[in-house]
Amino acid sequence: MTDTETPRAETSYESVDAVLDSLDDEGLDGYSYAYLDEHTKREVRRSILKAVAIPGHQVPYASRPMPLARGWGTGGIQASLSILGPTDTFKVIDQGSDESVNAANIRRLARDTAAVETTTDTTDSDVIQTRHRIPEEALSEDQILVLQVPVTDALRKVDPSDAANRRRHAHKNYGKMWVHLYENVVEWGEINIASRYPTMVAGRYLMDPSPIPRWDVPKLDDADNLFVFAAGREARLYAVPPNTDVEPLAFEDREFQVERFGDATCQFCGSDDTYLVEIEGDDGETRYVCNDTSFCEKRQDDPELAKDHHRERDVSWGPGTPSEGADATGGDGT
Amino acid sequence: MSLLSADGVTRIYGSGCEACRDRTGDAAGTNQCPACGSVVACADVDLDLQPREVLGIVGESGSGKSSLAELLALEPNQDGHVHGSVEYANHPGNLLDVDYETRHALRNGHISLVHQHIRDGLDLDFSGGGNVAEKLLASGWRNYEDVRERVASLFEETEIPVERMDDPTHTYSGGMQRRVQIARALAINPEIVVLDEPTTGLDVSVQARVLDMFRRIQREEDVAAIVVSHDLGVVRLLADRTLVMRHGRVIESGLTDRVLEDPHHEYTQTLINSAI
Amino acid sequence: MTILSIDGLSKTFDMHVLGDTQVVGLDDVSFDVQTGEFLAIVGESGSGKSSLLKCLYRTYEPNSGRVVYHGPTRDVDLASCPARTVIGLRRDVIGYTSQFLDEIPRVPAVDVVARPLVEQGHSRDDARETARDLLTALSVPRELWEAYPATFSGGERQRVNLAQAIAPRPAVLLLDEPTSALDPETRRAAIDLLSTYLDGETTVIGVFHDTNVVEAVADRVVVLDDGRLDRVVPVDEYDGEVVVE
Repeated sequence: MTDTETPRAETSYESVDAVLDSLDDEGLDGYSYAYLDEHTKREVRRSILKAVAIPGHQVPYASRPMPLARGWGTGGIQASLSILGPTDTFKVIDQGSDESVNAANIRRLARDTAAVETTTDTTDSDVIQTRHRIPEEALSEDQILVLQVPVTDALRKVDPSDAANRRRHAHKNYGKMWVHLYENVVEWGEINIASRYPTMVAGRYLMDPSPIPRWDVPKLDDADNLFVFAAGREARLYAVPPNTDVEPLAFEDREFQVERFGDATCQFCGSDDTYLVEIEGDDGETRYVCNDTSFCEKRQDDPELAKDHHRERDVSWGPGTPSEGADATGGDGT
Repeated sequence: MSLLSADGVTRIYGSGCEACRDRTGDAAGTNQCPACGSVVACADVDLDLQPREVLGIVGESGSGKSSLAELLALEPNQDGHVHGSVEYANHPGNLLDVDYETRHALRNGHISLVHQHIRDGLDLDFSGGGNVAEKLLASGWRNYEDVRERVASLFEETEIPVERMDDPTHTYSGGMQRRVQIARALAINPEIVVLDEPTTGLDVSVQARVLDMFRRIQREEDVAAIVVSHDLGVVRLLADRTLVMRHGRVIESGLTDRVLEDPHHEYTQTLINSAI
Repeated sequence: MTILSIDGLSKTFDMHVLGDTQVVGLDDVSFDVQTGEFLAIVGESGSGKSSLLKCLYRTYEPNSGRVVYHGPTRDVDLASCPARTVIGLRRDVIGYTSQFLDEIPRVPAVDVVARPLVEQGHSRDDARETARDLLTALSVPRELWEAYPATFSGGERQRVNLAQAIAPRPAVLLLDEPTSALDPETRRAAIDLLSTYLDGETTVIGVFHDTNVVEAVADRVVVLDDGRLDRVVPVDEYDGEVVVE
């Protein structure tokens, strides 16, 4: 320590910029590839393998301190950095946007420490880390979606006791969650759960799909890609492997429904088959825009672009995807 | 043909020792083993329940009747050593040995317990209807309107105002909460209902109505029941046959009116003479 | 034809709470009961009349002796058969009514009377129909039919009680002072009902403290004295004396 500090004390700089300029690297000397040490990455990968082997089951892992506060995607970062390799291309989105500060910082961390290419194009990426959304473009079997998870257990809504909930999962005892849905319908006339919609994975484990909108829940079912859900604060991760049955809990006569946007279309690209968010313009009027900015840009160039345009066959990918034999330009959402 | 039969059912809290059974019980005058300090909650209990029959179990607090009721009702309780066997007509093997899954399945379709303490049996934050619905949902009901209809009819049957169905259970009176418990217990058309101290915490006027309601339903639905109470009046009204327990042992049993009018055991005579 | 053979029936109460005092209720009582006959049991207060009925119904468990019921298919010893057999016989064969109605509150009178019929398998409507006929015959006011007997006067309750006991037309009916709280006119009606409704099919064994009733309805009289059988005589040989010294 003292050896390295001594020479710096002898040099004087005129400004912070001068200090930064004087460094011939980015301060990454001594850090492992992809920031995390090899043992940590190996442990995370082992936990992911276990999670893949038991779809929907929450697997504990040794969540490390990261250079940002827990709750800011530290679980997702650890999962992403553990599976990224130097030939991969990485995309990070935060609520559909590639350009949020947090997304940009995570992308830069991976670029700097893991030497990966980064992109904002869903179809170009190998690994996508995301907060609260699943991209509109259909993912393929070569891709992995890493979701940041604030709350790992769907049952915590009905019982704060983790011990009791672990027992419920062990015995597939989800009566309390069903009562929650029942009471939801009593109160609202339909199931009114905005996000973190309780979802059965492979007919066995009840899963919290993270705070994605209901719109994205159907994309989990029988997808071609792997989904990894990772929580830094709770130090647990879980997964939905490719082609797994994922079914949102609902009653036979009160079915699961995605968000409805009426006649609204994106004011930039005109899409009516994407997840829209409201924005208020300078004139005080509410307008709708695509939440997935990357796909919105593509649609602005080509309004007819299908969500599975890059795939060789028709892919079912959430609401609004053209089903086989239907109009290839996209349906009306339901 | 017996629906449920118990043979030598014993539960001992504590380490247990060779002397436990010999040095506790009615003759010893205690249920605590003087050698090792273990508590013999109940020991060597034999009983037999037939379809549609109501069996009463009376005794003072600490006599072991609730421990026995919990064992018969498959209440999960890992404490203590359990011996003996409980045979149930619709399931092979000893009910005291079943795993969690089987226990859960039996409790969600065959054997219901109405807890002595309302908080053990109900989630007071859920609506009254939700508490009843939970049994249906846990046993696989997936049609919302069917669940609503069944819950409403159970509310009617147990004489709870149907318009209170969606109110949180903690806003209900004690008598209504007890009815919700009974409605919940009956929701899945069980073969056997175990009532543990069904009148605890209820006003005398409410007690009679709850018992009357239960007796009517018990007869209409042809469900067998085990009624555990310290109150002789409860078993008089409900039970065909009655067991008297003391210090963890069954000391007398027979037709309920025989036990109450011609008690043989000294303790039973005391119990009946001290009742009004 | 003999329907009940009572043989050496004894009942002693061990009163542990009274320093293990033994109280004799019945001592070696034996007599036969013929099918369809009306048997009156008489005796002074404390002579064992109620104890005898309760031993026949097994509310008291006899210490020794037999009470053999000669059923259509088999004989059953009511003194020693399993409790469940007793429960079955009580439902189908043997009725009992005491001076007191022991009913859960909040059951309407008509349903109290109809209940044993429903338990025998009759439809609810049929059972209530019969119940209403019986309440009419016993002149229970119509406005009380749907009310709860717990609120009734002693005489009204006793009539409901009697109606309930005879409603299922049991093969053997045990009556413990069923008319004690009734005025003479209603008592007359009740006694008439016993013969009209039961139509001689039912064997009745009853305790009546009113000699007029005994003479009006009984075929034979069983006289008890201090727990022992004094004599069994045809009613026309019965002199109204409780015990012949």
